[in-house]
Amino acid sequence: MENVLLQIEHMSKSFDGMEVIKDISLSVKEGEVVSIIGPSGSGKSTLLRCATMLEKMDGGNLSYLGESAVWEEDGKCVYAPKAQMKEIQKSFGLVFQNFNLFPHYSVMKNIIDAPMVTGGVSKKEAVARAEKLLAQLGLSDKADAYPYQLSGGQQQRVSIARALALQPKILFFDEPTSALDPELTGEVLKVIKELAAEHMTMIIVTHEMQFARELSDRIIFMEQGIIQAQGTPEEIFNSSNERVGEFIGKFQS
Amino acid sequence: MSTTVMLMQLTKGLAVTAEIFILTLLFSLPLGLLISFGRMAKNPVIRNLSKIYISIMRGTPLMLQLIVVYFAPFYVFGLKIPNYRFPAIIIAFALNYAAYFAEIYRGGIESMAVGQYEAAKVLGYNKSQTFFRIILPQVIKRILPSITNETITLVKDTSLAFVLAHAEMFTLAKQIAAKETSIMPLMVAGVFYYIFNLIVATVMEKLEKSMNYYR
Ligand SMILES: Nc1ncnc2c1ncn2[C@@H]1O[C@H](COP(=O)(O)OP(=O)(O)O)[C@@H](O)[C@H]1O
Ligand SMILES: [Mg+2]
Repeated sequence: MENVLLQIEHMSKSFDGMEVIKDISLSVKEGEVVSIIGPSGSGKSTLLRCATMLEKMDGGNLSYLGESAVWEEDGKCVYAPKAQMKEIQKSFGLVFQNFNLFPHYSVMKNIIDAPMVTGGVSKKEAVARAEKLLAQLGLSDKADAYPYQLSGGQQQRVSIARALALQPKILFFDEPTSALDPELTGEVLKVIKELAAEHMTMIIVTHEMQFARELSDRIIFMEQGIIQAQGTPEEIFNSSNERVGEFIGKFQS
Repeated sequence: MSTTVMLMQLTKGLAVTAEIFILTLLFSLPLGLLISFGRMAKNPVIRNLSKIYISIMRGTPLMLQLIVVYFAPFYVFGLKIPNYRFPAIIIAFALNYAAYFAEIYRGGIESMAVGQYEAAKVLGYNKSQTFFRIILPQVIKRILPSITNETITLVKDTSLAFVLAHAEMFTLAKQIAAKETSIMPLMVAGVFYYIFNLIVATVMEKLEKSMNYYR
């Protein structure tokens, strides 16, 4: 039986009465790479932010590894108690569009601090993990640098390392290359591809169509707060759905 | 009175001035942080009380506050507290400066990008870990120039303690000047204040530089 890591059922979310996520259901299995595409304002970030609990959802259920994080009671969302939530939070990581590295920490400290402070990992173990990740992401010589000394691409790779250091089961990316100069996107996409090759479970919001096509097991096309279409890259790229075709066409010209 | 005696007396006064200065910072810096939390609290009662507090402390003369803090226990509550003069000075200064520091902290805290909080949350930091490990160090770097300004003002403000006739440098300088009918003691006190502030400015500059390792 395949292991379901993330289960979203009937998620809804409004801002000031405007429904941004409308009854979205989605489940992601271990090792799956899912890309989410769609026009700006379609609710992709909000979906990720609700799934990572940066935003409170208004309706629906959310669970990780079969553990309920959010469920609906009497028409309202209930969040799991703190202790349980802390455990559930360990199962996922999030990589932000603008990195959000801690500027006052060195690269090494950015990566080891959370495992030590929130994960109960010894310093020795945390440093060993960090060194391995830095080597893997081609950043070994940057351990003592501070974020401001790095290029955007390097910063984003550090932020990926920081997320991986907590050994999440599932990693979310919200447009990981959108804040980068075009010549720097490649190095970040390469890292994500390598993670996919290692069967890291990932959900990636991206505008890099070719990348999504090569890498994904499944592509989800979102528009106006709903999943308009989903399927294998081949299905999506050859979709007869007019909106999907139009959207993808824009990126391929 | 010989110049030597005058210098010795003023130096003693300077020590008292330094004592007021250090104790005021020691109490007002943490208290200011607490008040800034109150000022930013979700609870409207706490928020508005903090706002009123800051407004009164900044809106009335420090000299008046010194007098009120010193005399209120007796005239309002009928309390006679022995050796209350010096504590009253420290309380008044700390309460006053905490209000200014609170607004400085608030400005710094509110200037922090929300992404820092979000990154910390996803990485599993709890609220206090997030604040003390991630937010506060960056806030301190940002507000240090404003803190320096207040600190330099405080050195000069310590002279207001003369209204309670406490033997800090300014009170002494005035007394000697009156007795000797000479402006010399006041000039010397001025030089002492200036040197004190040079030291404060140098220390603060060092502190600012020590945080220049990141941006
Ligand atoms: N915090 C917020 N407050 C109000 N409206 C928001 C907020 N976040 C997002 N929105 C709105 O929700 C809609 C979806 O936004 P978002 O999820 O960021 O879309 P996407 O990531 O697909 O571009 C947009 O109309 C946006 O303006
Ligand atoms: Mg977005």
